[in-house]
Amino acid sequence: MPMKIGVPRETAPGERRVATVPEVVEKLIKLGFSVAVESGAGEMANVSDEDYRAAGAEIVADAAGLWSSSDIVFKVRGPSSEEVGLLREGGTLVSFIWPAQNPELLQQLAARKATVLAMDSVPRISRAQKLDALSSMANIAGYRAVIEAAHHFGRFFTGQITAAGKVPPAKVFVIGAGVAGLAAIGAASGLGAIVRANDTRPEVADQVKSMGGEFVAVDYQEEGSGVGGYAKVMSEGFQKAQRETFAKQAKEVDIIITTALIPGKPAPRLITAEMVQSMKPGSIIVDMAAEQGGNCELTEPGKVVVRHGVTIIGYSDLPSRLSKQSSTLYATNLFRLSEELCKGKDGVIDVNMEDEVIRGTTVVKEGNITWPPPAPTLSMAPAAAPAAAAVKPAAKSHGHGKGGSSASSTAVGLLFAAGALIFWGIGAGAPAAFLGHFTVFVLACFVGYMVVWNVTPALHTPLMSVTNAISSIIAIGALVQIAPPLADGAVARPEDWIRWLAVGAIILATINMFGGFAVTQRMLAMFRK
Amino acid sequence: MSESLATVSYLGATILFILCLGGLSHPETSRRGNLYGIIGMTIAVLATVFGPRVGAAGYAWIIAAMAAGAGIGVYAARTVQMTQMPELVALMHSLVGLAAMLVGFANYIDPAASAQMSGAEKTIHEIEIYVGILIGAVTFSGSVIAFGKLSGKISGNPMLLPARHWINLAGLLVVIWFGREFINAHSLSEGMLPLVVMTAIALLFGIHMVMAIGGADMPVVVSMLNSYSGWAAAATGFMLSNDLLIVTGALVGSSGAILSYIMCAAMNRHFISVIAGGFGTTGGTPAAAGAQPAGEVVAVTAGDTAELLREAKNVIIVPGYGMAVAQAQHTVYEITKLLREKGVNVRFGIHPVAGRMPGHMNVLLAEAKVPYDIVQEMDELNDDFPQTDVAMIIGANDIVNPGAQDDPNSPIAGMPVLEVWKAKTSIVMKRSMASGYAGVDNPLFYKENNRMLFGDAKKMLDEVLASLKS
Repeated sequence: MPMKIGVPRETAPGERRVATVPEVVEKLIKLGFSVAVESGAGEMANVSDEDYRAAGAEIVADAAGLWSSSDIVFKVRGPSSEEVGLLREGGTLVSFIWPAQNPELLQQLAARKATVLAMDSVPRISRAQKLDALSSMANIAGYRAVIEAAHHFGRFFTGQITAAGKVPPAKVFVIGAGVAGLAAIGAASGLGAIVRANDTRPEVADQVKSMGGEFVAVDYQEEGSGVGGYAKVMSEGFQKAQRETFAKQAKEVDIIITTALIPGKPAPRLITAEMVQSMKPGSIIVDMAAEQGGNCELTEPGKVVVRHGVTIIGYSDLPSRLSKQSSTLYATNLFRLSEELCKGKDGVIDVNMEDEVIRGTTVVKEGNITWPPPAPTLSMAPAAAPAAAAVKPAAKSHGHGKGGSSASSTAVGLLFAAGALIFWGIGAGAPAAFLGHFTVFVLACFVGYMVVWNVTPALHTPLMSVTNAISSIIAIGALVQIAPPLADGAVARPEDWIRWLAVGAIILATINMFGGFAVTQRMLAMFRK
Repeated sequence: MSESLATVSYLGATILFILCLGGLSHPETSRRGNLYGIIGMTIAVLATVFGPRVGAAGYAWIIAAMAAGAGIGVYAARTVQMTQMPELVALMHSLVGLAAMLVGFANYIDPAASAQMSGAEKTIHEIEIYVGILIGAVTFSGSVIAFGKLSGKISGNPMLLPARHWINLAGLLVVIWFGREFINAHSLSEGMLPLVVMTAIALLFGIHMVMAIGGADMPVVVSMLNSYSGWAAAATGFMLSNDLLIVTGALVGSSGAILSYIMCAAMNRHFISVIAGGFGTTGGTPAAAGAQPAGEVVAVTAGDTAELLREAKNVIIVPGYGMAVAQAQHTVYEITKLLREKGVNVRFGIHPVAGRMPGHMNVLLAEAKVPYDIVQEMDELNDDFPQTDVAMIIGANDIVNPGAQDDPNSPIAGMPVLEVWKAKTSIVMKRSMASGYAGVDNPLFYKENNRMLFGDAKKMLDEVLASLKS
C-alpha cells in the first residue's frame, strides 16, 4: 500500500517557503508515493494550487484534513504544538527540528509515537551531501545577505570610471567561510566588489580564493577545525588577535557580512560596538548569525537597525526571502531523502537504522528519542582535527620522553648504526685508492639526492631520458680500453677480443648518448606555456 | 693532453651533469639543462679520446663506432612516437646494461688493467668487475623484458612461477658462491667459468624479476631500471678507477631510486612488494573481497558529454594510460582549446602513476601543445573537485577509485587517488566495464553523479569535439 506524503502550509509568521514544488511532486509520484498539498501552501513561493494539481498532487482544503490523511508530512519549519497535535499517531514527519535547542518538541513528538527525521541532523558525509538542506539553505542565505546589503548600501558595488567621476568599488569583508560565507563571497565579487574573508580554519583559504575573495589570515597559530568540518571555539590569545584583525578591517571596509556559528553554542561576539563606531557612515553589517544571538553586539534579531550611522541587518529569515529558490532546493533535498528511504521505489518508506545517513537524520523512531546519534564511524576531512588535538598534550609533556616520535628515532638510530658499521668495515679493509673513489661515490649520491628532489613531477619522463643519456658516460670505460698506449714488451693482451668488446660497448653507449639527448631535447621543446 | 688536464675536464663535465639535472626543476630552465648535459658529455668524451689513456691506434675504431652509434641513436630519437616513450627508455636502459657487461668482460681479460695490483687491491678490483657485470646483466635482461611488456610484445600480466622467491634466493646464493670462486681463481681461464655462470644467472634473474611484475607497476620498474643503469655505470667507474663514471653513475642511480620511491608512495605500496611482484592479476576475483558497489551505471552519449562540458565553468580532465593507447591527446587538446576560448576553466589532473612511466602523461600533453601551467599534479588540485562542474576521466581507472579511501578491504586501500567523485558530474571514458590493472572494481562507476561514455577514447572524443563545434 503506497504511502501518502502531505505538505501543509507553513504557519510560522513570515515563512514563505514550502516543502515541495511541482517538479518534485512528479518525481515523488514516480517513486510510488501519492502526494497531497494543502490549499495555498505554495502561494508565498509563487506556486499555485493549479500547478500542484497539474503535477499530480491532490489539493486538500484545510490543515486538519491534510495532517490526518497523510502517512508522511513534509515541512520546512519544525511543527508548532498545535501541529504536533494534528500529526497522526505513529506518523512520520520530515522537517527542520533543531533537537538540541528544542527538547520539549522532541518529547511531544515522541508522545505521538511519531518517527521524525530532522533535516538539520543529516550527517556531514559525502554520500549525504545531496540531502544536506543546511548547505542548500546556507547557500541561499549567503547570496541573499549580499543582496540585502546592496539594497541598503548607498553606492555601487563595482568600481566605475564615468564621465561624472570615478566610483571606487565597495569593499566587503566576510567573516566565516562556510557554505553561506562562500556564497556571499561569490555573490559580492560577482557584483564587482573587492571581497576579503576570514575564517578560523586555515584550510578554507583556497576555497575563498576560488570564489574570488582574498583570504585575510589572523596572525596567530591555531588549528580551528572542529568535528564534521565545522568551526570550534578558539583560545583567548587567538580571539585577541582576531579582534585586532577585525578592528582593522572594520575601519577599511564598507560592508561586513558575518556568518560565524559554532554548533550548539551561542554565536561568537566578533564585532564590538567600538568597531561599529569606527566604520564609515553608510556602512552595512549583515549579521547572518542573528538568530543565535548575533556576531555583532548591536544586532537586533529579525530587524534592520541603524547604529552610529551603520545599518545593521539582523534578518533571520534570509532563505525565506528567496522563497521560490529555497523551496525548490529544499524540496529536492527532501526528494533525495525519500529516495534513500524508499529504495524499492514502491512508495513505502523503510527507516533503516543500519544506514548511516538515515540513522543520523532520524531523531525520533516510533516514539523513542534516538537523538543524538552515535558518532559517525568514518569521517574523511576532519581526520586531522583529532590528530591535532592529540598532539597538544604530548607537546606539553616536555621532558617525559619524546612521545610519538620515539619509533622513528629508533629507526634512524639503527640506520646510523648500520651505516657506521659498514663504514668501519670499509675503512678497516680497503686500500687508500679505493677510499678516495668511495668518498666521491658517497658524496655524489647525496648530491644526486638533493638535486633530483627538486625536479618537478611534470618533467619526470625527460629526467629519466636525460639520466639515461648521461649514464652512457660508460662509453669512457670502453674508450680507455680500445687502444691504451702501452710500453713495448708489456704483458701480452688479447687485443682483438678486447677491441671488439670495446667497439661493441662504444656503439651501444653512443646510441644511448645521442638518442637520449636528442629525445630529451625533443620532449623539452614541447613543454610550453 | 696531459693527465691533469683530463682530470680537470672530467671535473668540468661532472659539474655540467649536476647542473643538467638541476635545470630540470622547471620547464623554463630544462632546455638549458639538457644543453649542459650535452656539453658535459662532449667534454668528457673529447678529454678521454685525446687524453693519455687512448693511443693513436684507436682513433679509427672510435670514430667508426661512434658514428654508427650516433646514427642509430639520432634516428631512433627522431622517429619515436611520444606514446612509445616508455618503451624507448626501457630499451635504452638495456643498452647501458649491455655496455657495462661488455666493458666488464673487456676489463677482465685485459691483463694490463690489473698488472700492478696485488693483495686487497686486486681482490677489490675483482669484486668490482664481478659486481659491475652482475648489475649490468640484470639491467640488460630486465630492461629488455620491460621493453617487451611496454610495447605489448609480452603480456602485461605478471608471470608467477611457483616458489619464485626461493628461486631468486637460490640464484643469489649461487652468485655469491661463484663470486668466492672467482676471487680465488688464479688464472684468467679459471676465473672465466664463474664469471660466465654468474652472468647467465644474472640475466635469468633480470628476466624473472620483470616478468613477475604487473602492468600497473611498470612506472616503478622503469624507474628502478633507470637506477640500476646508474649503479652499473658507477660500478664500472670503480673498476676503472674513474671518478667521472662514479659520480655520473651515482647521480643517475640516486635519481632513479628517488623516482621509484615517489612512484611507490603514489601507490601506497612498499618497494619490496612491488619488486616481489604478483600485483594486478587479471584472472583473480577481487569482487569477493568487499561488498559489491550498489547503484546503477548510467551510460551517456558523446552528445550528452558535449552538452555537460558546454554548460560547465570548471572542468578537470584526468588522463590515464587509456588516452596514451588511443593516441587521443591531440583531440583532448582540441576540446580543451575550444572550451578555453569559451571561457571555461579547463585543467588537467595528473596522478603520479598515471601511464606507464613517471611523467608519461605530462609528455603526451606537452606533445599535443597543452600549456604546462594548466597541467597540475594531484596535490595541487585535489581540493578543487567540489568546485568543479565536470571531471572527465579518459582511460584511467585505479587512480580515481574511491574505494582506495573508503573501503579498507580494497587491494588499493590507502593509495592516494584523485577525488573526481566530488565534482558535480564525473564522466568516465572507457572501453567497457572491465576493471583496471589492479583488478579492482571501481565504485565510482556506480555513483549517482557519474556518467559512463563507452567506446574507444579517440573515437568518442572526436564525436564530443564535433558536437561541441556544432
